[in-house]
Amino acid sequence: MVAAGDALARLVREERTGVLATLVRVTGSVDRAEDAVQDAVARALETWPRDGVPANPRAWLLVVARRRAIDHVRRESGRSGKEREAEAMMDIDPTPETTETVRDDLLRLVFICCHPSLAAEAQVALALRTLGGLSTAEVARALLVPEATISKRLTRAKQKIARARIPYRVPTAAELPSRLAAVAATIYLIFNEGYAAGTGSHLVRAPMADEAIRLARLLVDLMPDEPTTLGLLALLLLHDARRLTRTDDEGDAVLLIDQDRTRWDVSNIKEGVELVGAAFRVSPDRPDRYAAQAAVAACHALAPSYAETDWGAIVSWYDVLLTVQDTPVVRLNRAVAVAERDGPHAGLALVDGIDGLDGYPWWHATRAELLSRSGDDSGARDAFARALALGTSEPLAAQLRRRLATLG
Amino acid sequence: MPTYAALIYSKDVDWTLAEHGDEMKEYAAFGEAAAAVIRGGNALYPTSTATTVRVKGGKGGDVVTSDGPYAETKEALTGFYLLECADLDEAVATAAKLPAAWDGAVEVRPVIDL
Repeated sequence: MVAAGDALARLVREERTGVLATLVRVTGSVDRAEDAVQDAVARALETWPRDGVPANPRAWLLVVARRRAIDHVRRESGRSGKEREAEAMMDIDPTPETTETVRDDLLRLVFICCHPSLAAEAQVALALRTLGGLSTAEVARALLVPEATISKRLTRAKQKIARARIPYRVPTAAELPSRLAAVAATIYLIFNEGYAAGTGSHLVRAPMADEAIRLARLLVDLMPDEPTTLGLLALLLLHDARRLTRTDDEGDAVLLIDQDRTRWDVSNIKEGVELVGAAFRVSPDRPDRYAAQAAVAACHALAPSYAETDWGAIVSWYDVLLTVQDTPVVRLNRAVAVAERDGPHAGLALVDGIDGLDGYPWWHATRAELLSRSGDDSGARDAFARALALGTSEPLAAQLRRRLATLG
Repeated sequence: MPTYAALIYSKDVDWTLAEHGDEMKEYAAFGEAAAAVIRGGNALYPTSTATTVRVKGGKGGDVVTSDGPYAETKEALTGFYLLECADLDEAVATAAKLPAAWDGAVEVRPVIDL
């Protein structure tokens, strides 16, 4: 019965976000909607195993949640004159629901959770809690933050949504690119939280990466013709395809060159590569930054071995990326690809020409590696020491120390 | 519709001086363009004219005043508007047209509806 229970929990979870999105519209409050949906989900998990899954699970959850929301408001109405609010909720006709309404409700929920007037950390917490359906405790565990902190963060964010009247609406066509960029940035942040925690001993926090991919899939379902949604999902899948090979049994980092490519997730790679193609097809004249990064990741994922990597293609994709995202870190990554294509001296010249990365451990580590390959071991030692002094997550620091030790 | 206070933080200047005439014209232009949502507001004299008031020892205690603003920061509160807007997006879009938004900062705060 465990498997059946899991399937049921998954079904409830899949429906939950859509039901919540509609309830936010009906009740006009994220908080109230969440309480009501929470109750409805608990009821479902209690009664469905006994009475069977209803023919239309969404409608069932919606009816129960709406009833709960009305009850809540009625209970409050005695002291604050909210009777009319409860009546307004009952007035909304629940029957004529088109797939379009459901889609728009979900879009509104996505854009309210990732509204630019909310702090990035609040957006991350809201996206995981409200869109992802994790409990506050699960969000706290995933982010390695005390539950009380997350709880406070969520309360404050929801209070701001209500008090400052952050609107529950789909952005206009003119606003969409910038608003969508903000949503993608939040999901990418969630993925990176899971993929390479900045500090601490766990290099990969898989649940966070899975959540980010789930959210990116939701975005593709909602906006299948946007290069950003396609590119984002492609990038996450292609990075995630290498998850198992990025650390060894001891939890130490394994560099790309040493990773066991036979253990890369082929289905993720296939889907990711197809999505990269789709992202460039929908907007051939305006490259998307996630799609361009995904194209780089695809080149790596498709190479049979490190030696057979098409570095020329990778340098070209970085050139495309630089047209939409010219940052020192992108320039550093491009320099690494140039070093592989043209040799360490060419790469080093580019790395040394990048300003603004003196506080970035990977700039020093990259210099160290290229100095070592150029035969300058003492310069390499200094650069590795500087990278270590700046501090990275423990597995990556161990990697740097091992490399430093080989220089004698 | 909710009302928002748009608090203007800018360089601490005397808006009545002729040298700020161009900026005042920009504010006047904003006032006309946003007339439909503006419900009030004023420019303030610089913080050199401010007096901070405290009562020591609780209500009814000694009134203690000090010269200058409550919090000293690089940018000072130099004016405010009250804007009645449909939602935060509209309030932010309106505040973004205030000259202080590119030459200082504008803090948008919802007003409590009592």
